[in-house]
Amino acid sequence: MASLRDIKNRITSTKKTSQITKAMEMVSAAKWNRGVMNAKAFVPYMEKIQEVTASIAMGSKDSNHPMLTNRPVKKTGYLVITSDRGLAGAYNSNVLRQLHQTIKKRHQSNDEFAIIAIGRVGRDFFQSRGMNVVLDIVGIADQPSFAEIQDIASNTVGMFSDGTLDELYIYYSHYLSAIAQEVTEKKLLPLTDFGAGSTKLTSYEFEPNAEEILEVLLPQYAESLIYGALLDSKASEHAARMTAMRNATDNAKELINSLSLSYNRARQAAITQEITEIVGGAAALE
Amino acid sequence: MKTIKVSVVTPDGPVYESDVEMVSTKASTGELGILPGHIPMVAPLQIGAVRLKNGSKYEFIAVSGGFLEVRPQQVNILAQSAEISSEIDLERALRAKERAEKRLHERRQETHDFKRAELALQRAINRISVAERKI
Repeated sequence: MASLRDIKNRITSTKKTSQITKAMEMVSAAKWNRGVMNAKAFVPYMEKIQEVTASIAMGSKDSNHPMLTNRPVKKTGYLVITSDRGLAGAYNSNVLRQLHQTIKKRHQSNDEFAIIAIGRVGRDFFQSRGMNVVLDIVGIADQPSFAEIQDIASNTVGMFSDGTLDELYIYYSHYLSAIAQEVTEKKLLPLTDFGAGSTKLTSYEFEPNAEEILEVLLPQYAESLIYGALLDSKASEHAARMTAMRNATDNAKELINSLSLSYNRARQAAITQEITEIVGGAAALE
Repeated sequence: MKTIKVSVVTPDGPVYESDVEMVSTKASTGELGILPGHIPMVAPLQIGAVRLKNGSKYEFIAVSGGFLEVRPQQVNILAQSAEISSEIDLERALRAKERAEKRLHERRQETHDFKRAELALQRAINRISVAERKI
C-alpha cells in the first residue's frame, strides 16, 4: 500500500489538474457560444448566395462554365479542416481517420491527390505520412473572419480553375449539438448540387450577361462554402473541447474521491497500529 | 412614396436592412439606380459605395466586391465586406491606404502582390470617401 504522503501528493496534483481542465472547459464554453453565433450569422449570406447561384446556374444549363462541368479526374483535392491544438477529444482524429481511410481506398499513388490543410494538426498528420500537402494555413483565430481565409480559399478555387485539380472534396466536422459532431464529406467542385428545395426560381435579367456573372459568382460561392465549413467546424471544435474537458474534470473528481478514501483508510490503519503498539507496550510493563 | 426593401449581407453577418426609396450603386457595367418595381436582375458590383435614399436623407455603405440581386419587392446585396459610413474606422482606412501605396512603390507591376496592393488601395480609398461622404 502506498504511503500516506504518496497518496496526499497524488490528491494535490489531481486537484490542480482538475482546476486547469475546469478553467479550460469554461474558456471553451465561451468560445463555443461565440462560434455558434458566428455560424448562425453566416446563414443568411449563405442562403442568399445559394439561392442566386442555383437560379442562375439552373437557368443557364447550356452554359459550360468549367466550375459546373464534370471532367475526367486525374487529380483530386481534399480540403481538410482541423484545429491547431489538441485536447479536444476525438475531434481531430475522427476527421483525419476518415479522410485517411478514404484516400487509401480511392487512390493508389500519391500523385492522384493533393491535400489542402486548414489547421496544424491536420497538416502535421499528413506531412508526417509523406502525403502531398500543397497548401496549408495555421493559426486561424477562434472567431475567423472571412478575410483570414480568403487567400487560401481563392487559391484552392484557383487550382481547380487552372486544371491542377479536377475535383475538390471538403472534410470537416459538422456541428450537430454540444455533445454530437459528425464528420462530413462534401463535394465542393465541380458545383453540381445546389441543394433541393430551390425549385422556386426567379428568372433574372443579367447585367452584362449570365456568363460574366457566373465568372464572378461561382468562385465567390465556392469560397463561401469553404468559409461556412470552417465556421461549422470551429463550433464543433469548441464543443468537442468543452465536452472533453468536462469529462476530464469529472474523471479527476472521481479519482480524488477514491484517493481520499484510501488516504483515510491508510491514516486510520496507522492510528490503529499506533494504539495497538502503545497498548502492547503498556501491557508488557505490568 | 413607394419603398423597396434592401438588405446587405456579408459572410460575417447582416450589415443593413431597411426600406428605402432608391438604391444607387456602381456595377461593373456602370452606375445603376434601382427604384421599387424593378425587374429581377443580377449584377456584379465593383468596389464602391451604395447610396440609399430615404426621403431627403441618404445612407452610404462601402462595399467591396459582390453582387446585387434585384427582385420586385427586394434588393439583396451580397458583398464580401460592407460597412455603413458611420461605422467605418477612418484611421484604419487611412493606415491601410498608406500601406498599400508604399507597397505599390516597392513592387514591380505584373506581380501578384502588385495587384493585391492595388485592390487594397481601392478598398481603402473607397472606405475613406464613404466615411467622409464625398460621393
